[in-house]
Amino acid sequence: MSQATAPEPALMHDPRHADWTSMREALHAEWTKLRTAPGTIWLLVTVVALTPALGAVADAATRCPNVGCQLDPAKISLTGIYLSQAIIAILAVLVISSEYGSGMIRITLTAMPRRITVLTAKAITLNGLVLGAGTLAVLGSVLAGRLILPSHGFTAAHGYVSPLSLGDGPVLRAAIGTVLYLALIALLSLGVGAAVRDSAVSIGVILALLYLIPILATVVGAPAWHRHLEQVAPMTAGLAIQATTGLRNLPVAPWTGLGILAAWAAAALFAGGLVLQLRDA
Amino acid sequence: MTQGTVTAYRSSLRNKPDGFAQLVRAEWTKFRTVRGWIIGMVIAALVIVGIGLLNHSSCGGAVTPGGTPRIGVGCSSPVGPGGEAVTDSFYFVHRPLAGDGSITVRITSLRSTSLQPWAKAGIIVKASTRPGSAYAALMVTGSHGVRMQYDYTGDIAGPPGTVSAAAPRWLRLTRSGDALTGYASEDGSHWRTVGMARLAGLPATVQEGLFTATPGPSQTTAQSVTGASAGGGLTLATGVFDHVSLSPQRSGGTWAGDNVGGILRGAPPGIGFHQADGTFTVAGTGDIAPDVPGAPGGAGGTDIGQTLLGAFGALIAVIVVAAMFMTAEYRRGLIRVTLAASPRRGRVLAAKAVVIGTVAFIAGLIGSVAAVPIGEQLLRSNGNFILPASTLTQVRVVAGTAAVLAVAAVLALALGALVRSSTAAITIAIVAIVLPYLMVNALPVLPAAASDWLLRVTPAAALSIQQSLPRYPQVVASYTPGNGYYPLAPWAGLAVLCGYTAVVMGLAVILLRRRDA
Repeated sequence: MSQATAPEPALMHDPRHADWTSMREALHAEWTKLRTAPGTIWLLVTVVALTPALGAVADAATRCPNVGCQLDPAKISLTGIYLSQAIIAILAVLVISSEYGSGMIRITLTAMPRRITVLTAKAITLNGLVLGAGTLAVLGSVLAGRLILPSHGFTAAHGYVSPLSLGDGPVLRAAIGTVLYLALIALLSLGVGAAVRDSAVSIGVILALLYLIPILATVVGAPAWHRHLEQVAPMTAGLAIQATTGLRNLPVAPWTGLGILAAWAAAALFAGGLVLQLRDA
Repeated sequence: MTQGTVTAYRSSLRNKPDGFAQLVRAEWTKFRTVRGWIIGMVIAALVIVGIGLLNHSSCGGAVTPGGTPRIGVGCSSPVGPGGEAVTDSFYFVHRPLAGDGSITVRITSLRSTSLQPWAKAGIIVKASTRPGSAYAALMVTGSHGVRMQYDYTGDIAGPPGTVSAAAPRWLRLTRSGDALTGYASEDGSHWRTVGMARLAGLPATVQEGLFTATPGPSQTTAQSVTGASAGGGLTLATGVFDHVSLSPQRSGGTWAGDNVGGILRGAPPGIGFHQADGTFTVAGTGDIAPDVPGAPGGAGGTDIGQTLLGAFGALIAVIVVAAMFMTAEYRRGLIRVTLAASPRRGRVLAAKAVVIGTVAFIAGLIGSVAAVPIGEQLLRSNGNFILPASTLTQVRVVAGTAAVLAVAAVLALALGALVRSSTAAITIAIVAIVLPYLMVNALPVLPAAASDWLLRVTPAAALSIQQSLPRYPQVVASYTPGNGYYPLAPWAGLAVLCGYTAVVMGLAVILLRRRDA
């Protein structure tokens, strides 16, 4: 008895060390689960392939006939994000809700009793993958835009000096911001998944949050309220980061908008963490 | 041993009928005993009404930030003989005509600071000067040649070409009882018939005379965010007439000039007419046409489809429940019991589709039937007016919305059987139906042509079942989903969704038969 515990008193009495160890183990465990889940790789491949493909279709459908056509090349090229955020949401929801579906969560929490550590590890591993896939997807979309848009009237003569060059400040902001947008959507979805637990209901809630509020905004007649809704809705606020033209008319400034989405994600993660901590698994 | 006959075991239970009705009953029992699914359907019905209650658009409330106040006739329109809302506002130089007769004129000019394609100058026979009364008119237009129009919706093309002093047009309109016949000529001696219109119940004494009107320029490039789209202001058109002759000839009496429907708010100065040496110069603005949401100078009415935007919320709820109705069987292993009890797998899926489709239809119907009158009441109390639609059209819009929910539920069910994952099935269904509408209407990033195609080829086409107003080629307006117009005809749109559902359902049946449960 005493022999078995003898070599470890230092570790047991240093809580920081213990936290670090359990975090490292949790990350390793979550990474293994995420890596070997059957859907993960396909969902990520879909994001990387579909985002630029849809962007290219939007590029091909758009023409800028004259000066002052007021089209935003960054926004058009990154149209695919409307769809790929839903795929990211699936991935993020499944990270937590599939464990509830299969009962795996009880094993996970037996092995890792610190529940917040588990949620943090899930968030970190998930976001590693989302940031990677998101970067590829956004780079592909920007590349498609650079290849297609100049032949569709987005030329220097029409006021687009170097369309979609990443050396251009706003374009770089749009590109980086879109990757961050996907990461925040993943966190939001993870939080909702942890709070709701059922995968079907979770994805319904997330897609309603993302897609439904902008549609509702169209019926709310008063212009001020319409604008307020666009300022607080996670999708319209977050995607303000993609704007490179007409910045004055945006309902919310680009980085502020992304901050609002981050607040949504933080609130969802907080709710998810609270439910995870307080409720029986 | 030698007896050798073994009687096969027979259950003493009688064979129960293995009909489709029993399968449906079994699936209905499964559905109604899961409380969450019932709650989901109740939410779907409530959400249609609840979102309708958010609708606080007020007449003239263009939602575009910094939108200009509405120019035009204000928040109501007269109703034409066919029961449709109309714009009836033009400058009318008239005198009475008792019984049968005709009017003939020559038009030498139709001009304007910005001549609109549907600027009009010509002759008209109208039941009275009351807006919305029956009429038949023969006119030259900005760029659509000679037209004969009657009772707001009727439009017959005559000889093409624009009018000028070098190429004037002679027009003649003849009344004989209820029948009005229009003739056009280039020289005043060789006449050809443009068209004939019957105006039922035309009074014995009518007003006949000359008129000019022009709709305001339309903002064709504006991506209208909502039902209301501000026109680009009103302009003035001027028509010059001579060789005015009436039959039977009348001595005495003078021509009276009136702006039918009163002077519009924001109308340009210069409206009126003057007469010198048999030449009439008539200047007017406005239009004689059906009222269309989003038409410049229209009254800014909304269609009843605006009260049913909550259907999108209901769609999400119904899709979630329908997908779970299928995937829950896989998760709990119930599918093996289900298929053991009923080995004909296609029929199991069909029974599930019948149950979920019916439940979704009923939920959608209850929600829509409640949402339309409540929404109309709310819109009216905010000073809006609803563009009237026939009872049959209203039934189609309400029942069609319920049908869209039902078919979407079956689509989600079939997707659930196909991919066996509730998250994937729900996401595919929502992305296919809700996202295209969102991208077209709420967040316009795509050009109009691409938007139209999105609403033609994706399952979101089904929303066209909510279109309650016809589009008129003789009215230039932004015919967008925000104004209640879809690129496909109502039933064709629903057929697109049904087509997708049939294909997915077929694939699901094939895979359900082939795959291990």
